[in-house]
Amino acid sequence: MKRPELLPGTLDMLILKTLTRAPLHGYGIAQSIKHISDDVLTVEEGSLYPALQRLLLQGWVKAEWKMTETNRRARFYTLTVAGRKQLGLEVTQFEQMITAIGRVLSEA
Amino acid sequence: MNPLERIARKFGMLFRRDRFRSDLDEEMAFHREQVERELIADGMTPASAHAVAGKQFGNSAHLREESHQVIAFSWESIVQDLRFASRQCRQNPGFALTAIFILAIGMGVSVAIFAFVDAAVIQPLPYAEPNRLMDVAESGEMLHRSNLSRADYEDWKRLNHSFSSLDVYGGSGYLLRTPSGSEPVPAARVSDGFFRTLGVQPMLGRVFHPGDDRPGGAKIAMLTYGTWRKRFGSRGNVVGQSATLDGSAYTIVGVLPRNFEFAPRTNAEFFVPLLDKNQCEQRRSCHNLFGIGRLRDGVTAKAALDEMKAIAAQLEIQYPGSNKGQGAVVEPLSEIIVGPMKPIMLTLLAASGLLLLIASVNVASLFLVRSESRRREIAVRGALGATPARISRQFVTEAFLLGLLGCAAGILVANGAMKGLTSLIPKTMAQNLTFLWRVGFHWHEAVYSVCIALLAIGLLALTPILRLSFLDVRDALSDGNRSVAGRFWRRMGANLVVIELSLAVILLVGAGLLSKSFFRLLHVDVGFDPTHLATVQVVAPPTAYSKSEQQVALFRELDRRLSSLPGVESVGISTDLPIQCNCNTDWIRIVGKPFHGEHNEVNERDVSPGYLSTLKAQLIRGRFFTADDVASKSNKVIINQKLAEKYFPGEDPIGKTIANGGLDPKSMREIIGVVGNVREGGLDDELWPTEYEALYQSPGNYVAVAVRTTGDEKAILPSLIKAVHEVDPTLGTYGELTMGEQMNTTASALIHRTAMWLVDGFALIALVLAVVGLYGVIAYSVGQRTREIGVRMALGAQRSSVYGMVMQQAGWLTAAGIGIGVACAVGAAMLGGKLLFGVAAWDFPTLAIVAVVLAAASLGASFLPAHRAASVNPIDALRTE
Repeated sequence: MKRPELLPGTLDMLILKTLTRAPLHGYGIAQSIKHISDDVLTVEEGSLYPALQRLLLQGWVKAEWKMTETNRRARFYTLTVAGRKQLGLEVTQFEQMITAIGRVLSEA
Repeated sequence: MNPLERIARKFGMLFRRDRFRSDLDEEMAFHREQVERELIADGMTPASAHAVAGKQFGNSAHLREESHQVIAFSWESIVQDLRFASRQCRQNPGFALTAIFILAIGMGVSVAIFAFVDAAVIQPLPYAEPNRLMDVAESGEMLHRSNLSRADYEDWKRLNHSFSSLDVYGGSGYLLRTPSGSEPVPAARVSDGFFRTLGVQPMLGRVFHPGDDRPGGAKIAMLTYGTWRKRFGSRGNVVGQSATLDGSAYTIVGVLPRNFEFAPRTNAEFFVPLLDKNQCEQRRSCHNLFGIGRLRDGVTAKAALDEMKAIAAQLEIQYPGSNKGQGAVVEPLSEIIVGPMKPIMLTLLAASGLLLLIASVNVASLFLVRSESRRREIAVRGALGATPARISRQFVTEAFLLGLLGCAAGILVANGAMKGLTSLIPKTMAQNLTFLWRVGFHWHEAVYSVCIALLAIGLLALTPILRLSFLDVRDALSDGNRSVAGRFWRRMGANLVVIELSLAVILLVGAGLLSKSFFRLLHVDVGFDPTHLATVQVVAPPTAYSKSEQQVALFRELDRRLSSLPGVESVGISTDLPIQCNCNTDWIRIVGKPFHGEHNEVNERDVSPGYLSTLKAQLIRGRFFTADDVASKSNKVIINQKLAEKYFPGEDPIGKTIANGGLDPKSMREIIGVVGNVREGGLDDELWPTEYEALYQSPGNYVAVAVRTTGDEKAILPSLIKAVHEVDPTLGTYGELTMGEQMNTTASALIHRTAMWLVDGFALIALVLAVVGLYGVIAYSVGQRTREIGVRMALGAQRSSVYGMVMQQAGWLTAAGIGIGVACAVGAAMLGGKLLFGVAAWDFPTLAIVAVVLAAASLGASFLPAHRAASVNPIDALRTE
């Protein structure tokens, strides 16, 4: 069965939101989004890593190499202050969008 | 987010690419491992978990590329492409060098020719506001533009309101006293405002002041830069010194700047004001000047012409004897100077453009062959996730790189070609081509180079794009299915070859027609025997030879002395040699025939008794002059056949009388002979009626001597000069040339020869390129069809039928190319018809020869691949897959 695609433009927001709880590595971010959305949302690796590079470049996340619980080296991403601000902005925009779409759809 | 900060961060990344890559790789490897571990935890075997994780992850090279693109600058991929392209070139230097070489030749020739066209035709004349300068002249019945008489000029200048200034110039020559004797120098006589009208500032001293040209005024002169350097040692104090011209001292008032040029009188060394009216200028009917006028602001050339015509009409009423039928012409000065160059320049430019086109098409087809042999590479890149656009960009980058290198090399070739072509022009001719010093690489040339380079590069880049857009990746990857792509390739490559062949036909036909024109020109019937004729111009100083008796005595002595030289058969003296110009004319009237004041214009030559027989002109009726035809006897005249036909149709002209319009008794002269038409005008001018009068009845100071020799006419020239100076060391001599050289250096011969040599050269290059192009296509197609040929032969096809198959393909391409080319060539030749002489645009022999030559060359070029195809061993061919 083909899983529903992520809404375009929302991946950055989802990653930023996921990182508000704790710093995570790429795999962790993907897993977290998958679990929290009850397996509805899957993040393709092909889009995850380019997105992370984009966020790094914008200065919205920071990356550092740390050890995991299983004692493996992994790159952990942390939300920056600018990233938190950006998240707020994106969430507001997204909610406005959803409300607007909802209004159009509920129009009898 | 501050965009500056982001760019700074990108820059930071630029120098930590390796770190970036290893981080990313490790990160993704970690991710994959985690996925695998999860799958194993779900109960999968490690092997299948690895496979599933890998599949889920997808193309890791592609993933890495995508992440890389986020942090990379967009130009980085172009740099990458360029690096790859240059690696391709280095890997295959033969291909790269060939492409660059062909482009460089095409580009270099085009730019060099353009530089000449630019200097000769496009660049504005070096005067102030040159587009306001007009050539002002009279028009006669036979000549559209003829000289102005001084009296008419004075009236035109006084009456017109169209020109802010109207000035005149006329040719002249003087005997300049030099430390070693005297030397004839060309000069120009001009009215006082001449240089101010042109807007030329002197380098030293001053230009002429108003009133400097009045009769009886002080004798003053201006020097050209060249004369100043050559004869006055570039001395700064030359102004105020004097030069002795024709025995009188002329005070030098100024020196013209180095870049001064005046094409109608290119060789003039001195400029002298008009001053006293010479014999000709005392008559209103004698025309010896040309006018230049500067239009007043707001006056159009048309309005000026209308006004000058009205003035001319007014003068015609006022002076019916001299001015009947004399109108006016006003044309842009640039048209007079540049106009005659235009046909040859445009033809050469077009020819060089065709050559560049052939070169580009040729390189484009080379590119096609290459892109074909790189099909696998393309397919692999496609399979690895490169989009068609990305692959096309790679090819465009390669085309761009090669195009750029080719064009850069082309500019070097252009510079070399400019110098080479300039040095090929003989010095005597170069003097008359004032635009030559302007030839060079200026911004016009730079713009032109960029434009044609972009066109050439565009053509190169377009071919692989068109080619690739039809290529199916899967087809290509399998590499077995050759038929589809092969057929397409054959069509595309074949189209290019047909274009190339047709372009080559156009150039070849052009070359053929121009060569034939030149041959016809040099072999035009001149009416005399031009071989074994040596010529020299002699000037008698007017102070020592002012009376006719003195002049006649001098000519007799010259005749006697030169005739006695060893190797000389006979000697003739005339005012003008043949094949110069339809000029120095006279208006005649036939006594006893109706006359209404019309101007019957004929060439007039004063000749010694031996002149016409020395030329070996054909005597048709009557007799030549004898030593007895002198001033004391009644005047006699010999006419040419053209004059006889025109004015005495169906009659015997011998014994009839010619006079001037006023029937002045002194002008009455009896016709004693009719000669065949000796061509007095240029080789491609029409034949004019000509009258020959007896030199001993109306002598002068300037004469041309023609000597018929038994042996080599070139070798006798030095002893000829020596003998002239033995008669009188003060005599000036110049223009010592054989008649053959005279004919070869005439303006029409020069133009035709230049056009012929250059276009012949272009055509030869074009032929080679087109044939090589055809060879490439056929050879490639044979290579592609090796397997098919093997199958055919395995099934029993004869070698002859394989030959036939290949040759048929080549035959079709050649036939199509020749057919299209011939049609275009005839059209092109009709457009450039002004350069053709004695040959039609559709000249069948030329077309036939071109077709045969090209067909033979093409079939020769395809024979090699056909032979290779026929020698295919079926077993080997089938095994190639």
